[in-house]
Amino acid sequence: MRYIPHTEADIREMLRAAGADQVERLFDGIPKDLQLGRALNLPPAMGEEEIRAELSRLGAATDAGAGMISFLGAGLYRHYVPSAVSQLLLRGEFFTAYTPYQPEVAQGTLQVIFEYQSMIAGLLGLEIANASLYDGSTAMAEAALMARRVKKDRPEIVVSGGAHPQYLEVLDTFLAGMDERAVVVPVDSQSGLTSLEAVRKAISGKTAAVIVQSPNFLGCIEDVKGLAAAARDAGALLIQVVTEPLSLPLLKSPGSLGADIAVGEAGGMGIPIQLGGPLCGMFATRMEFLRQIPGRLVGRTADVDGEPGFVITLATREQHIRREKATSNICTNSGLMMLAATIYMTLMGPAGMRETARRCAARARALSGEIGRLKGWALRYPTPFFDEFTVKTPVPAREIIAAGAAQGLVAGLDLGRFDPARENELLLYTSELTTRAGMDRLLSLFRQF
Amino acid sequence: MSIPAELKYTKDHEWARVSGDTITVGITFHAQDQLGDVVFVELPKAGTVVRKGATFGVVESTKAVSDLYAPVSGKVIEVNEALADAPEQINKDPYGAAWMIKVEFSDAGELSSLMDAAAYQEYVSSSAP
Amino acid sequence: MDITPPKKFPGRRGLVMREPVIFERSTPGRQGFSLGRDEFDGVPLNGLDSHLREDAPVLPEVSEPEAIRHFLRLSQWNYSIDTGIYPLGSCTMKFNPRINEEVARLPGWFFSHPLAPPEVMQGALELMWNLERYLAEISGFEAVTLQPAAGAHGELTALMMIRACLRERGQGQRKRVLIPDSAHGTNPASCTLNGYEAVELKTGPEGYVTAAAVAAAMDDTIAAIMMTNPNTLGVFEREIAEISRIVHERGGLVYCDGANMNSLMGMARPGDMGVDAMHFNLHKTFSTPHGGGGPGSGPVGVSHTLVPYLPGPRIEKDSSGRFLLNTDLPRSIGRVKAFLGQFGMFVRAYAYIRELGPDGLKLATQMAVLNANYVRAKLRPVWNLAWEAPSMHEAVFNDTHLKPTGCTTMDVAKRLIDYGFHPPTVYFPLIAPGALMIEPTETESKETLDLFVDAMNSISKEAFESPQLLKNAPHQSPVRRLDEARAARNPILTWQMEKAAR
Repeated sequence: MRYIPHTEADIREMLRAAGADQVERLFDGIPKDLQLGRALNLPPAMGEEEIRAELSRLGAATDAGAGMISFLGAGLYRHYVPSAVSQLLLRGEFFTAYTPYQPEVAQGTLQVIFEYQSMIAGLLGLEIANASLYDGSTAMAEAALMARRVKKDRPEIVVSGGAHPQYLEVLDTFLAGMDERAVVVPVDSQSGLTSLEAVRKAISGKTAAVIVQSPNFLGCIEDVKGLAAAARDAGALLIQVVTEPLSLPLLKSPGSLGADIAVGEAGGMGIPIQLGGPLCGMFATRMEFLRQIPGRLVGRTADVDGEPGFVITLATREQHIRREKATSNICTNSGLMMLAATIYMTLMGPAGMRETARRCAARARALSGEIGRLKGWALRYPTPFFDEFTVKTPVPAREIIAAGAAQGLVAGLDLGRFDPARENELLLYTSELTTRAGMDRLLSLFRQF
Repeated sequence: MSIPAELKYTKDHEWARVSGDTITVGITFHAQDQLGDVVFVELPKAGTVVRKGATFGVVESTKAVSDLYAPVSGKVIEVNEALADAPEQINKDPYGAAWMIKVEFSDAGELSSLMDAAAYQEYVSSSAP
Repeated sequence: MDITPPKKFPGRRGLVMREPVIFERSTPGRQGFSLGRDEFDGVPLNGLDSHLREDAPVLPEVSEPEAIRHFLRLSQWNYSIDTGIYPLGSCTMKFNPRINEEVARLPGWFFSHPLAPPEVMQGALELMWNLERYLAEISGFEAVTLQPAAGAHGELTALMMIRACLRERGQGQRKRVLIPDSAHGTNPASCTLNGYEAVELKTGPEGYVTAAAVAAAMDDTIAAIMMTNPNTLGVFEREIAEISRIVHERGGLVYCDGANMNSLMGMARPGDMGVDAMHFNLHKTFSTPHGGGGPGSGPVGVSHTLVPYLPGPRIEKDSSGRFLLNTDLPRSIGRVKAFLGQFGMFVRAYAYIRELGPDGLKLATQMAVLNANYVRAKLRPVWNLAWEAPSMHEAVFNDTHLKPTGCTTMDVAKRLIDYGFHPPTVYFPLIAPGALMIEPTETESKETLDLFVDAMNSISKEAFESPQLLKNAPHQSPVRRLDEARAARNPILTWQMEKAAR
């Protein structure tokens, strides 16, 4: 067994030192009737080349990634991952390190977190950001719980139905623990936007926060400023969710629109979509809520010689110290994915981020324009979008998806999967990786209907 | 260890200085020593009513967090606002500059349940790890 | 005074560079990307005028070589498993196999979207379906969900299932959870998130929770007990079966924190001990990398009782052998995370289980326990064991013998850094004051363990001869002891705040 260095001689000598005549003695602490007493029923061991063959077989049978052209975003946006990101991620000093609890030997990880916090705070337009949460969906749930802590006697959450349906499910699951359910305000069927009027009606003196995703699940850019004002007028917080991080360098930041908490998905920024995990949850807010933030924070300080350095700080909010009174139960977060996003943003810089964002948006406009000219097809909402938009299909969207799959295309998302009333709606995403040739294949698929 | 003779003490390591119908409250030298470097303190607003044995605030160090318990019941009449910006005073001068709140007590009888310096000294040395 | 340890230890001043925060390296106009020709150049961004951001995001401008040098230098300030032994108790820092990193990056899953039709991701679903079953066999559970993102998330998921189950039984009034005083902080924190209240249970005199203590605490307000087995003292909870029986008999359910599963593989199974739910840490037991604080992966195994409440979707196999995602689960607690879970970690855990096979997994466990017991035996003549009970995968020592020197566990931890070792887990579990909790794992050789033991014993000697060596340690790390109070009193959490403070 190549990962275990022990020779038989080592084992003998170590057993002698430990005062046991055989390895099984070391398990005497387990009562006999609880010992397994048989071999595990698992496939036999494999050599490295067999492992590679087995995993290659399964990987090749995952056609969606192995060669298909995709127009599917829906909360998870594939962008190009520079080689420099991939290679730095394989530095053993990064990926085989533990959580930086001993700061003297973890300054690398700690400084990266500080840089990440700076970039995310700036990108989201707020003062502070944490060191990451698991992903966008749990970040949204954590934001709701934080709003409840900030607004102590206001337990309710109002959320736009334009948020990602799986994020809504996660929110419900988390709130169930508090015997609470979110009040969902559906999007307007004409505009594709959350109705300001409906939100005003849904807010009560018990509302801690209003949550809105923008661009929303249908691709539409919401009036976050108006919603933030409505929330503020009623004494509630506004939480903006961003699932496409590449919208941030181009669109107005959540903070500038009045969001008190901004959360979202950093997956896509140097992080491959890899079937939805691991990703990286962004979380930013105002300084005044510092002590209510969930998760890890890193701060600047100095050592005894006055050399600058970084430490995990304000850890008394966290579970390992505050236990049942902690702001969250999170321990392990998305360290390595956070590193990937930091390297990505460093390489791209403001110009690269903006240009990538522009390319995504330009392709969406090119594609939507072409689809608008197809007979029986139309843009579903007359509302500005970024790099994703909804179209009305001449036949149920599931038929188009199925036909696309047979032709090597992941032709977007059939919205009927989440809402039967939308079975004739297709959600399409374009990135900087979308080519003219790919678009032409999609359009010729559409022409078949 | 410093345990001023003129003060009263609780089992949760608060001290109380009685003066007329008010007491001044802080945490003891022993308490700050156990906590380590204090970095944050959260105190109630003046006018808040506190109950004997109930929490009135929180004190945090880099590695621990501890609730603060009211030695007697009554109304908070003054709060040491300066501590918010200088929590290190709790380590430097726990019995002086780091007083936390002044409470106008409602039941003088409650004072008798507090320990005197000798009893607190005994309590600390017997419960030391 | 010579601060350098004897030459046989790896600790030595390394090739360590200063490296500023990336923003200080920034020069306007530099770029570290190359986007190439744009086929859609000139397409106007209709509709976005009023939505465009006015300020440029706060990002550095550096070339690729500068970026590489920056992050490479930062990496050199980190200790890692690849650097040396990482004896963190309860963290199971074992070697991360390299083949796993390669197969995790195969394009099939790297570029696959979880909302693509199941027909075009059969390979990924097959992998998940198999992994669920491997984990179920290893732990003795009826079914496994892979969805939770990390251990704490798995705990919460299990508590949510327990809550749903008790509600259906008309036992919704049960809202308290028994948690031994040696538990990880995530246990009580997860309780709170589930609307439950944690009730502390004292560890018995032999280092495990007694059935009598559980019987005394168990009433109709108790929803569950959360055991960690082996517990954080490294001791097997030998009364677990009786505890499960008592808790079940009185209407509660049994949760097990699976953080220490590395000491049970192939030897014993929590599912056979009456446990109803347990989370796995794939990033501990199954060798997926810790990544400097994540990603983790926290699948949950459940007994027959809790199967209906598992989060959805569930992966199923139809009669023709095709895999599909079932979302029609009326009694499920719902989703705990968007998409399918930490898929990248599933691939690594899958590769690990397949490479080791049943015998290899059992051997890993046996050698992990042997290593812990070897270190325990070797340290005992000098160091004070916090608990006498037999150790499984880890042993807990403390600093009591150093009392006359004034040196503490923290000083020992920091001095170990000079010797070239990462310190063990310190000051945990909370019931062992001054704890040094050592878990070597099976991937460390006898020579490494001998060297680690020698370092510990040498440091003990130094404590008596020149305590300042410990008090001022570390001397040879990239930075020395950091002022944590300053960081917390005046938080500087971003580059923007740092600039403003200057």
